[in-house]
Amino acid sequence: MSASIFDLDRESFTVAEQRLHMPRREFLQFCTTVAATLGLPAGAEAAVAKAVESAKRPPVIWLHFQECTGCSESLLRAEHPTLEKLILDVISLDYHETLMVAAGHQAEAARKASMAANKGKYVLVVEGAIPTKLNGIHCKVGGHTAIEMTKECAADAAAVIAIGSCASWGGMPSADPNPTGASSVAEVLGKPVVTIPGCPPNPYNFLATVVHFLTFGTLPAVDKLGRPLFAYGRLIHENCERRAHFDAGRFAMQFGDEGHRKGYCLYKLGCKGPETWANCPTLGFGDAGENNWPVGCGAPCFGCSEKGVGFTKPIHAMAKMANVTPPLQYPRIEERIGTGSSFASAAALAAIAGAAAGGAAMLAKNLGLSHQAAEQEKKSGQKPKAEA
Amino acid sequence: MRILHHAKPAPVGGPLLNAVTLTAGILVAIMAAILVVRFFYGLGSVTNLNDGYPWGIWIVVDVMIGSAFACGGFSVAMLVYIFNKGEYHPLVRPALLASLFGYTLAGAAVIVDLGRWWNVWNMYWPWSANPNSVMFEVAICITLYILVMWIEFAPTFFEKLGMNAAKRRLSKIMFIIIALGTLLPMMHQSSLGTLWVVLGSQVHPLWQTPVVPLLFLLTAIIIGYAVVLFESCVASAAYRRSIEMHLLTPLAKVMLGLVAVYIAVRFADLIWRGALGLAFGMTLEAVMFWFEMACFIGVFLVIGSEVQRRNPARLFVGGIIIMLGGALLRINGFLIGYDTGGGYQYFPSLTEVLVTVGMFAIEVIGYIVITRRFPVLPREEAHA
Repeated sequence: MSASIFDLDRESFTVAEQRLHMPRREFLQFCTTVAATLGLPAGAEAAVAKAVESAKRPPVIWLHFQECTGCSESLLRAEHPTLEKLILDVISLDYHETLMVAAGHQAEAARKASMAANKGKYVLVVEGAIPTKLNGIHCKVGGHTAIEMTKECAADAAAVIAIGSCASWGGMPSADPNPTGASSVAEVLGKPVVTIPGCPPNPYNFLATVVHFLTFGTLPAVDKLGRPLFAYGRLIHENCERRAHFDAGRFAMQFGDEGHRKGYCLYKLGCKGPETWANCPTLGFGDAGENNWPVGCGAPCFGCSEKGVGFTKPIHAMAKMANVTPPLQYPRIEERIGTGSSFASAAALAAIAGAAAGGAAMLAKNLGLSHQAAEQEKKSGQKPKAEA
Repeated sequence: MRILHHAKPAPVGGPLLNAVTLTAGILVAIMAAILVVRFFYGLGSVTNLNDGYPWGIWIVVDVMIGSAFACGGFSVAMLVYIFNKGEYHPLVRPALLASLFGYTLAGAAVIVDLGRWWNVWNMYWPWSANPNSVMFEVAICITLYILVMWIEFAPTFFEKLGMNAAKRRLSKIMFIIIALGTLLPMMHQSSLGTLWVVLGSQVHPLWQTPVVPLLFLLTAIIIGYAVVLFESCVASAAYRRSIEMHLLTPLAKVMLGLVAVYIAVRFADLIWRGALGLAFGMTLEAVMFWFEMACFIGVFLVIGSEVQRRNPARLFVGGIIIMLGGALLRINGFLIGYDTGGGYQYFPSLTEVLVTVGMFAIEVIGYIVITRRFPVLPREEAHA
């Protein structure tokens, strides 16, 4: 890490520049972006640059199961660098059903050859959930079920990365009633793997994880669900650009209303930001700059990356506040203006007033009667007799 | 003070558990259950309060009206000790007892109504206090008065417990306590009225006036006497004792004099401010204003003549009418004639009503227990 990124004349650097067909500025930009995404300290970009410029090119085997290829599609649209440069030059993508040229038995043979040649060194990436019902017959490639392929490829892999919500926790295929028994990679392998959930996940979260592996030889720190902490350590709600509106109690109440047009908080439209851990608000999508993510565009987060939220909770159901549930003693956010009298309270008041008036009338009557008797006694010339 | 012979106070005796205390006990239990909910889930869970009506009946009835009803002790003590009318002395202890409960419960009711009651200690912490606040004056004054009243009432407990030395020592400084006990309620009862001055145009012009502190003070004293009339009649009826008519009849006359002064001040103020015209519209405020004034004027029809004042039934009804009038004055200004705009509405919820009822039930139980067991009411002599 002692190497300076500004040591721009070093030979390896020039070599990488030629190999990646990438201008120097763009290359450095990529390395810095990845280092920043990972939350690495200043100076780490140099290590990243060094790792990327060396021609090690770790082999990657990419399996597709129950999925829509959205994760791959999203990765293809990464711009720093464009992914074809990354997959052809930074890593050696030996098997990827969408991108590889080979087909049929040839492709399967290439996979097996790569696995044998790079035993214990290749990275296995799984995209899509794995069906487990009826011995996994719902998804087969080359006559092998997804379960068999996953176990076979994972056995000798240096690292296993599950990309997308499907591979991470089942995703959309596992939504109720889950007819195929769609399961995550970790469930099938019976051990935790690094997961990059999202539908699709932000490509830079995946790239940063891979580059971390390239740079340091290890995978980044993860939470108990296998999600890299640099990307999934905080709730969307915490970094959301609309958070101030939430705190001030300004909400869009329906799509297209005044609050929605003014960019108020989408919580009441069912935004799941308060219970979804992801860095969407800070990273943005599609390299189009800030605010280019669902909430930024006025669409409530639906919790795509969160098990038990995305594809599970109704889209417009209000989110549970995962880390800042206000105590019940706090005042309400919405303002009540009162509804006037209820039947019960009006009846109670009337009953109390009636009882008091009745009691007072009886007491007054008795006092009056005894007074009358006393007066009567006075009139008849007798002093009221002393009581014993 | 003129030295007069009075019957010494003595406990009434009798069972503590009867139909009245049992009923009151049930009401208190209901209140306690509601308050548990209130303290766990906040004011919003049991009240209909909102931003437009942050004060409901817990403040207006339990505190404002409750403390006004508790002015009996102060009114009678003023008569006895300041105006040197020693003949009223037998009325002091029972009146003071009612005041003691009224004020102590008003203080408790404030805590119940405070949204962040756990911050209340700041009020008594000199570094946090805001001496320019009316609320601060009221709070400190009421707290001190509650303390002073317990000291004023302490001889009753000393007598019961046989602590004669303590009673003697206390009696030496009692004149300071009594002076404070007269000054403090005058201060805060008028300050409760000042709250309307502070609330400004949110209070209807029929009630919002610069002289409202005077109106509150006058009505507090008047209500004090009315409560004594009421309480003496109820106590004599409930305990089957003779009524101190020789005291109540002249006391009622004193009260009527003050009522006349009050009516004069009230209308003079309305005319001077040009607000009287508002009393002649078909509005809820106007109707309620006349209900309120009808109480203060109508009392002359009930106990206006000397003959009428000799009838305990009429004194009892007269006392109730005045209490009702004073209560209406406070309800009118704080709730009915109070409008912050913005469509806010308030009507007490069932739970709010039950808590207020429970607060008064505590007073009833306390009064019964203490008069039955401690020397408060004058001993029933063996003559009529």
